[in-house]
Amino acid sequence: MSEILSYFPLLLEGAWVTLQITAGAAVLGLICAFASGLAGVSGSRVARGVSIVYVEFFRGTSALVQLFWLFYALPLVGIRFEPLAAGIVALGLNIGSYGSEVVRGAIKAIPRAQYEATIACNMTPYRRMRSVILPQAVVAMLPPFGNLLIELLKGTSLVSLITIAELTFNGQILRNITGETLTVLLVVLVIYFVMAYAITLGMKWLERRAAASIGLGKLPSQPEVIRLEPV
Amino acid sequence: MIWDWDYARDILPDLLRGLVVTVQATLVGSVVAMILGLVLALLRRSGLAVVRVVTGAFVEFIRSTPLLVQLYFLFFVLPSLGITLSGFLAGVVGLGVHYATYTSEVYRAGIEGVPKGQWEAATALNLPTSRVWRSVVLPQAIPRVLPALGNYVIAMFKETPLLSAITVLEMLAAAKDLGGETFRYLEPLTMVGLLFLLVSLPASLSVRRLERRYGH
Repeated sequence: MSEILSYFPLLLEGAWVTLQITAGAAVLGLICAFASGLAGVSGSRVARGVSIVYVEFFRGTSALVQLFWLFYALPLVGIRFEPLAAGIVALGLNIGSYGSEVVRGAIKAIPRAQYEATIACNMTPYRRMRSVILPQAVVAMLPPFGNLLIELLKGTSLVSLITIAELTFNGQILRNITGETLTVLLVVLVIYFVMAYAITLGMKWLERRAAASIGLGKLPSQPEVIRLEPV
Repeated sequence: MIWDWDYARDILPDLLRGLVVTVQATLVGSVVAMILGLVLALLRRSGLAVVRVVTGAFVEFIRSTPLLVQLYFLFFVLPSLGITLSGFLAGVVGLGVHYATYTSEVYRAGIEGVPKGQWEAATALNLPTSRVWRSVVLPQAIPRVLPALGNYVIAMFKETPLLSAITVLEMLAAAKDLGGETFRYLEPLTMVGLLFLLVSLPASLSVRRLERRYGH
C-alpha cells in the first residue's frame, strides 16, 4: 500500500492528461456538434446531407476503430498525427456526431410559434438563431451534453491503447511495477468516478444558470407574486 | 492508388472470422445486460432502503467509470482471487455489467411509465406481488422500452473492439495483427470500419422501425 502511495503522483499526472484530452476533445466536439447540428436544420439539402453522412459515419462505427484508423492507417496516405492529436481529433469527431443530434433535436423542439414570431418581427435568419432560437435551445441541450461529457471522459481511456500516458495507461504501468493489481485498478476507477462526479456537479450548476438566464429558473414565491400585482 | 484490392480480398476471411467473434460477444453481452439490468431496476425499487442505496451507488459507479478499466479489472484482478476468466468471458461479463447499468435506467423509465391505475387494479384484485410484476407491470413496461434497449445493443456492438485489449481476437484485433504482419494498416482498418457500418446501419434502421411500431 505504501508503495502505491509513493507512486500516487504518477496516477495524478495521468488524471491531469485525461482531463486535458477531455477538454480538448470537448471543445472540438462542441464545434462539430454545432456545425453539423445547424447544417442538419438548414434549408440546404447539401448541408443536411453532409450532416447526415458525418453523423451516421461516426455513430455507426466504433470509437476505437476511428482512433486506430487515424493513428495507424492515415500515416500510410501521408497524414501523420502526434498520438495526443490523434486522440483528441478522434474523440472530438466521435462525440461531436452524438452532440450534433442533440443540437438538431433541441432546435427542432423549439415551438413553431417562436419561428413565426421572429418572421413577423422581420428578423434576419442570423438574428433569429442568435437571439431567439439558440438561447432557448441551448438550455435544452445542456443535460444531454452533460451525459455526453461523461461518456467522453470514459472514452479517453481508449487513447491509452495508442500509448498516451493518461490515467488508464499510467495505471497499467503502475500495475506492472508494483504487482498490486487490485489496489491500483480500484484507485484508477475511483479517480475516474471523482472526475465524473465533478463534471456532473459542474453541469448541474451550468444548467441552473442557463435556465435562470432565460427566465426559466424557480418560480417566484407567493409574496413576490403578490407584490407584483398592480395596486 | 495506394489501396491494394488483392490484399483487401486476401484478408477479408480473417476479418469476417473476427466479425463473428464480435457479434457473439455482442449477443452474449446483451443477454447479460438485459437480465442484469432488469434485476438492478427491480432492486432499485426494493422495500429495503439499504438495497436501494447500494444498488444506486453500484449503478452510478459503473456508469461513470470507463469500460476499459473495468475489463482490466475483471481480467487481471479476478485471477488473484482464484477466479480465472478467459478473455472472451471476462469481456462479455464486463460488457454485460457495464451496459446493465444503462438498461436498468431504461427499465426504470418503462416501469414508471405504467399508469398508477394498473397497480391499483392489481391490488384490488388481490394479486400477489410476483404476479403483479409478471402479468401486469412488466408486459406493459417492456415493449415500450424495446427500442431504447435495441439502441444499447448497437452501442455494445460498437464497444466490443475494447475486448481486443484483453486478448480477445475480435475484428479489430484481427485487423491489427494483419497490419502488424505486413505493415499495411490502411486496408484492414478501413475494412473493419466499413464492416461496422455494414452491421450497425441496418441495425439502427430496424430499431427505428421498432420505435415506430411501439411509438410513444
